[in-house]
Amino acid sequence: MLYAEYELSMVAATGMSATEIGLALSVFLACAVEAVEALTIVLAVGTTRSWSSAMSGVGAAVVTLAVIVAALGPALTSLPIGLLRVVVGGLLLVFGLQWLRKAILRSAGLKALHDEREIFEEEAAAARAAGDGRSGVDGYAFTVSFKGVLLEGLEVAFIVLTFGANQHRIALASAAAAVAVLLVIAAGVAAKAPLARVPENTMKFAVGVMLSSFGMFWGAEGAGASWPGGDAALLAIIPGMLLAANAIAWTVRRTLGLSEAARAATVAAEDGKATVRA
Amino acid sequence: MSRVRGALFGVWEFVVGDDWLSALGVVLALACTALLADVAIPAWWVMPPAIVGLLALSVGRAMR
Repeated sequence: MLYAEYELSMVAATGMSATEIGLALSVFLACAVEAVEALTIVLAVGTTRSWSSAMSGVGAAVVTLAVIVAALGPALTSLPIGLLRVVVGGLLLVFGLQWLRKAILRSAGLKALHDEREIFEEEAAAARAAGDGRSGVDGYAFTVSFKGVLLEGLEVAFIVLTFGANQHRIALASAAAAVAVLLVIAAGVAAKAPLARVPENTMKFAVGVMLSSFGMFWGAEGAGASWPGGDAALLAIIPGMLLAANAIAWTVRRTLGLSEAARAATVAAEDGKATVRA
Repeated sequence: MSRVRGALFGVWEFVVGDDWLSALGVVLALACTALLADVAIPAWWVMPPAIVGLLALSVGRAMR
């Protein structure tokens, strides 16, 4: 099937182009991962200190993030498209390489997997040790929630802005982020516990591949290069990046002498969220 | 002054992270692409091997 036909079939089926679907998927995955981490912090201070103060902190952080997106979004979209693409492409590449490196090191056991249960226990212990401050607004619960949500959210706000501005689809990127946050909150409320079974490392690996691929595509275009096939080149760049990153991860594991059984154990640990250290 | 320095350090940490060599490599790869494109030489092929190479080097440095 020609790319033009493929594109038309995607638009007919979803109302979005393949690039827009990639944009929405990348933002959704990145946001879901960060939301899981923020949820753990909020749950820890909420259950041990004060729910109202923790939720006030969440609200303040969300408003701050919305202001950042609202203020920087129009400024970014007003940049010349070539300059925007080279800057955004470069930033996405720097971010993507960081996400991929960490995901590869985690898959090889060289870096601890995120263990939401362990993080929850640590945060809860710190909250209990911080002393009583429950008369009126609990400053500790407010501050920890605010910082947790703001710091985890900044990277997502950045991805929303860069992806959205480049495609002039900030509303679509924001909607994908909102859906991810709402799903994570709903899952957290249903589980009434930190979401320890979310395969965070696999999701971070996928986000790293997407950020690097889109960064490569937009960065090169912004620098003046023309991809063979135009937008269709993304259909080769994304699987190519996925293949290359998997090959590097496989080489790392092989260099360390990790057998396939050890690899399976790492994957099982990812599923069960046991902490794996080198 | 220390607040400004702190803010700049925060931005550096947020954008560049703990591997400034990869960030430098990305800038050089983009500059190389721009130079080739500027003299009308096809330049799309520069980025894929450059990025895969940067990732491999970055992982290699972290393993040491």
